[in-house]
Amino acid sequence: MITAAGTAALPGRPAPMLADTATITGRNLRRLVRVPTLLVFATVQPVLFVLLFTYAFGGAIHVPGVTRYIDYLLPGIVVLAIGFGASQTGVAIAEDLTTGMIDRFRSLPINAAAVLAGRVAADALRNLFVTGLMIGVAAAIGFRFHAGPAAALAAVALAVATGLAFSWLNLLLGLAVRDPESAGLAGLFPVIILFFTSSALVPVATMPGWLQAFAKANPVTVITGALRALCLGGPATRPVAEATAWLFGLLAVTIPVAVARYRHAAST
Amino acid sequence: MAAAAIVAEGLGKRFGPVVALAGVDLELPAGGVLGVLGPNGAGKTTLVRILATLLTPDRGRARVAGFDVAEHPQAVRRRIGLSGQYAAVDPFLTGQENLIMIGRLYGLPPRRARRRAADLIGQLELAGAAGRLVRTYSGGMRRRLDVAAGLLAAPPVLFLDEPTTGLDPRGRLALWRLLGELTARGTSVLLTTQYIEEAERLAGMIVIIDHGQVIASGTPGQLQSRAGGDRLDLQSPPGQDPRQLAEALSALGTAEPAIDEAVGRVVLPVAGGPGVLPEVAARLAAAGLQVSGLALRRPTLEEAFLALTGPPPSRTRPPPHDATGPPAATARPAHRTRSAR
Repeated sequence: MITAAGTAALPGRPAPMLADTATITGRNLRRLVRVPTLLVFATVQPVLFVLLFTYAFGGAIHVPGVTRYIDYLLPGIVVLAIGFGASQTGVAIAEDLTTGMIDRFRSLPINAAAVLAGRVAADALRNLFVTGLMIGVAAAIGFRFHAGPAAALAAVALAVATGLAFSWLNLLLGLAVRDPESAGLAGLFPVIILFFTSSALVPVATMPGWLQAFAKANPVTVITGALRALCLGGPATRPVAEATAWLFGLLAVTIPVAVARYRHAAST
Repeated sequence: MAAAAIVAEGLGKRFGPVVALAGVDLELPAGGVLGVLGPNGAGKTTLVRILATLLTPDRGRARVAGFDVAEHPQAVRRRIGLSGQYAAVDPFLTGQENLIMIGRLYGLPPRRARRRAADLIGQLELAGAAGRLVRTYSGGMRRRLDVAAGLLAAPPVLFLDEPTTGLDPRGRLALWRLLGELTARGTSVLLTTQYIEEAERLAGMIVIIDHGQVIASGTPGQLQSRAGGDRLDLQSPPGQDPRQLAEALSALGTAEPAIDEAVGRVVLPVAGGPGVLPEVAARLAAAGLQVSGLALRRPTLEEAFLALTGPPPSRTRPPPHDATGPPAATARPAHRTRSAR
């Protein structure tokens, strides 16, 4: 029977942005456990990062003042895992554009930002899981927090907040290039370049002079530095403030531009 | 509700150098079914995308369910359903999950969205597959799920873009029956199709679009009349060249005869009704030609379509994708594979 079941609820409905965001978050979380690539980026890759970097580099790298390399390493590779994972956000939004999923959403009476917010929210939950997973695996091979539980929680929060900035950046990239494969590359390149020119693996002081200037200003260095201060102890206020400033700056640029691009994505 | 479900006036849209729509006017009365026909690249897709608020027109205006598509797109979106090549379903959700998600996004409470999804799954004969991921669906099942997604909010105005492409005959009949039920309850439907039979069967009014313009509109019967006069069907007996028939009779025609050599058939547009038949017989006798079958009939809608849009492919321009312009054409290869699967 075709009934008018739906119509009564529709007219005059206020825009329940939160409910729509939650619905789309649910969709993306389901995809997260069903799309094989996404599952690998969220589980296998973070574990491999912890084990490979620790055992391949750990023997060669001795950071002054740090007894166990894993204590120094973990903050950096958490940022790397989150950055790599975020490239899949650009891939997914480009896929949604090419398959017509975005057209479906745009034909529905929802706020345009809910589609993007629902994706970022699912990413944030994934990143919380990834961070916890990496801490667990690292702990099994010797990692310890040295600055107390409050600092440890702050470190997890900062890692997830870093993921937000990565997600919005990749949404923007995916909407700009509109092709899933290009979006994947466009998302990985900046992460790879910024990661290896940062203090994530080795102290900046070991780099040649010309690179040090770049490495010190590199947001991955700043964020890793803040995470390290929260994990290893020592003065944390200034690095955390700097990292927070970076993240706010990135979000202030990427969110409005991504939303604007999304609104026009299918109209060209 | 307003008297008209859709009113478009002078809609124009271009993508860079490509003019997709060059001033389209059309009207769909509430409760009616409007069939939009046109060759590939004619501008059908652009037209539907504008009416469904996915594209803004460069000029002209359109009202759907009483609201201007450019000024009140959200009000329009609450009252339309969209199904077809450019409104997808998620392959990594089950059929049921897809429908519930769309119902929630239309603002249905959870229980209502669930019940509505179950109803539509039954109607579109997807019951056995409702719990399976859509990526395991056949092309036809996926198409039916698309249609169900468009119907979720029981919208007063429904856009169906080639809804039966890729369906088997049984699926097509089931969908036609469902559309019949919907229109009987007052739903207005705009339907694009490549199947003239479908337009003839479902649509009370037909608009033929070519090169971004409406080149003809009317009831199927009116369009058939516009194709000019009657058609003389001649069947050549085996062993006789049908071209000889065409040659002997072409002076009686109002246009060039169409010859199908493979089946030995000649179709000649003629004027004057049955009065032409004695002359046909006389000329055949004079030329010593036989026919194994002869009929005088009104033109089919297909013949009207071809007469109005010009001869089929290759003549007018290279076969483009539907006129959404180069960026969309390159960005959307997935549609082709999906509907072909």
